Amino acid sequence: MKDLFELFATFAKIGIMTFGGGATMLPILQRELLDSRHWVTDEELMDYYAIGQCTPGIIAVNTSTFVGQKRKGTLGGIFATAGMVFPSLIIICIMATLISNIADYPWVQNAFVGIRACVCVQIFNAVIKLAKKAVIDLWTAGLFVLVLAFSLFLDLSPILFVLACAVIGILLHTLNIVKGGAGK
Amino acid sequence: MILLQLFWEYFKVGLFSVGGGMATIPFLYDLSDKTGWFTYAQLADMLAISESTPGPIGVNMATYVGFTIAKIPGAVIATLGLVAPSVIIILLIARILQQFRHNRHVEAAFYGLRPASTALIAAAGITVVKVSLLNLDAYHLSGQVLDLVRWKPCLLAVIVLIFTNFVKPTKKWHPIIFILLSAVVGVIFHF
Repeated sequence: MKDLFELFATFAKIGIMTFGGGATMLPILQRELLDSRHWVTDEELMDYYAIGQCTPGIIAVNTSTFVGQKRKGTLGGIFATAGMVFPSLIIICIMATLISNIADYPWVQNAFVGIRACVCVQIFNAVIKLAKKAVIDLWTAGLFVLVLAFSLFLDLSPILFVLACAVIGILLHTLNIVKGGAGK
Repeated sequence: MILLQLFWEYFKVGLFSVGGGMATIPFLYDLSDKTGWFTYAQLADMLAISESTPGPIGVNMATYVGFTIAKIPGAVIATLGLVAPSVIIILLIARILQQFRHNRHVEAAFYGLRPASTALIAAAGITVVKVSLLNLDAYHLSGQVLDLVRWKPCLLAVIVLIFTNFVKPTKKWHPIIFILLSAVVGVIFHF
């Protein structure tokens, strides 16, 4: 029970510190789940994000469920997800009751221009950290560059990239072009 | 009764919006057309507030839409509806993954999938750069390269880059400290 509550509290904390979701929450996840608690590895985070891109629902929820499940099974997944959405419920209900649209204040807009500038750098740092574990040879470097280029210039679903790269990974190993496991 | 319908509608949003919070938006326009629960203008306001409050946008939007329709019970039900499909599906996938984690083919799949996952996150980061450090509209209007860059946020980004990578004591700081300081800088210097 104590572990479940810790999962709830940790993900509520992550929820409060997240602005935007998806990629923007990655730096916070790395800090809270990897550096502070060692609950997951960089590799696992990448796997969760990849699977989250191809499965229904928003990535923040998918990742909470994954991490919670890993720690404490089904109940863990539910408690972690409940923790993630809890701050949103409270904050949005208060905002909606006050009606006043905070997004209209110039200082709020200024603050968010500052926040986004900061988040750009944090995502960049996070990507560098992940790339060190994911891009381990010429093949993975090629896949990284190709997916980045394709997703920037073509309007294709990320599911396509994830599935294609999984198939390529399997082919490279079955045809013995690449030896060994997945980046140990 | 409206709560049941709200849960069902949001369950479908959660089931069909693959990817991230922004993927739910088109479904919310459909929902507005179909039910008349809220207008497009309300939806735009909700999106602005969801972007400027803590929490993942998708969850914030669900809570907001639910609250607009049926107050606090509505907020809870809509959020439950949104997360239910992904919780169920991820719990299943996590189970299967635990069993096959060390399967040769699963490991080979992850070998190819990890660079793709990282590249997709990088691409999302570049989208944030486009809206926060660059001013594409001003550039298209004037055609001048100098108008392409938003100088103040760029300068801040460079400073954050230095402090998060090269300055020993601040490297270890929690990311939220940098986020809050950047917000303060944005307000003080009228970004």
